[in-house]
Amino acid sequence: MHEILIEEKILARNNEIAAANRQALSERGIYAVNLVSSPGAGKTSLIESMTRHLKDQSISFAVVEGDLEGDFDAKRVEKHGVPALQITTGRACHLDAHLIEHSLPWVLKHEGLKLLIIENVGNMVCPAEYDLGEDSMITVMSTAEGDDKPLKYPAIFAASEVLVINKTDLAPYTDFDIRKARENALKVNPYLKIFEASCRTGDGVKEFAAYIAKLAITKRSLKNT
Amino acid sequence: MHEMSITRSILEIVGRQMAANNMNSLKKLTLRVGELTAIEPEVLRFCFDAAIKGTQFDGAALIIEEVPLGGRCRECAGEFRITAFDNCCPKCGSTNIDRVSGDELDIISMEGD
Repeated sequence: MHEILIEEKILARNNEIAAANRQALSERGIYAVNLVSSPGAGKTSLIESMTRHLKDQSISFAVVEGDLEGDFDAKRVEKHGVPALQITTGRACHLDAHLIEHSLPWVLKHEGLKLLIIENVGNMVCPAEYDLGEDSMITVMSTAEGDDKPLKYPAIFAASEVLVINKTDLAPYTDFDIRKARENALKVNPYLKIFEASCRTGDGVKEFAAYIAKLAITKRSLKNT
Repeated sequence: MHEMSITRSILEIVGRQMAANNMNSLKKLTLRVGELTAIEPEVLRFCFDAAIKGTQFDGAALIIEEVPLGGRCRECAGEFRITAFDNCCPKCGSTNIDRVSGDELDIISMEGD
């Protein structure tokens, strides 16, 4: 019997493919977002309500939708004139870099794309570990959930660059304390950029969309220099 | 529950390493799992035991070294465990800290014949 030292990251293969995805998207100057949340926090609604603001800023974008079954989300997004590709994962609870690699030919056939939004499977646990090749991971949580969610699901908040607290219009009717939620999120990740929004009333959506638009424009301008 | 796909990734790497080292049977596999990962060691153990049945890995013991979320103080250079995300140096009270461990998800080593 002998011992062999391996010292390898378990997700090394996923990370390699993610790096290649990132490279392919960067070569085209496309900014990629990995949108994550628990089911029902409003990822698809956020995309829908951002559409007008992104169009106003001439950000042409496409959406890759991850779900276990069906193409409900892709159809919702397409109604707004946004190209959307549905990926069904079957029983898998998250997207991985390999699935995104397969969607890239579809993404890259769209000329002049500045932004790719990847809507992950509604799940606050598993997507945290899987780099897809995105530029930033954005977590959505809603005021219909608990304001202690960042402390209960720290991995996803720690892996994210941006947090959107959605359904602020419902806050008066729930026990959700937005100030406490911000505090908890910043405990887990002191570098989080936090937005508050309501897709229903439109509050805060413009600011969030403007932030994403700026990231996309910056990335595109880096490519052109 | 993604511990099963994590298990598949583990066995892929181990299978490749066993072939490269002319190893036919696996006795022990040692992993390093950080506190801040979305991996539950007990679930991973369950998936691993289920996945290796009837394969070349059958009977292997899984050792999981859990790594706590660790911080280092930028003021006094002290190292400590971060509990309940207090992000605060227990020695000098500074909140000017770096996280230095907790996101590990690695295969350390394997033993076999």
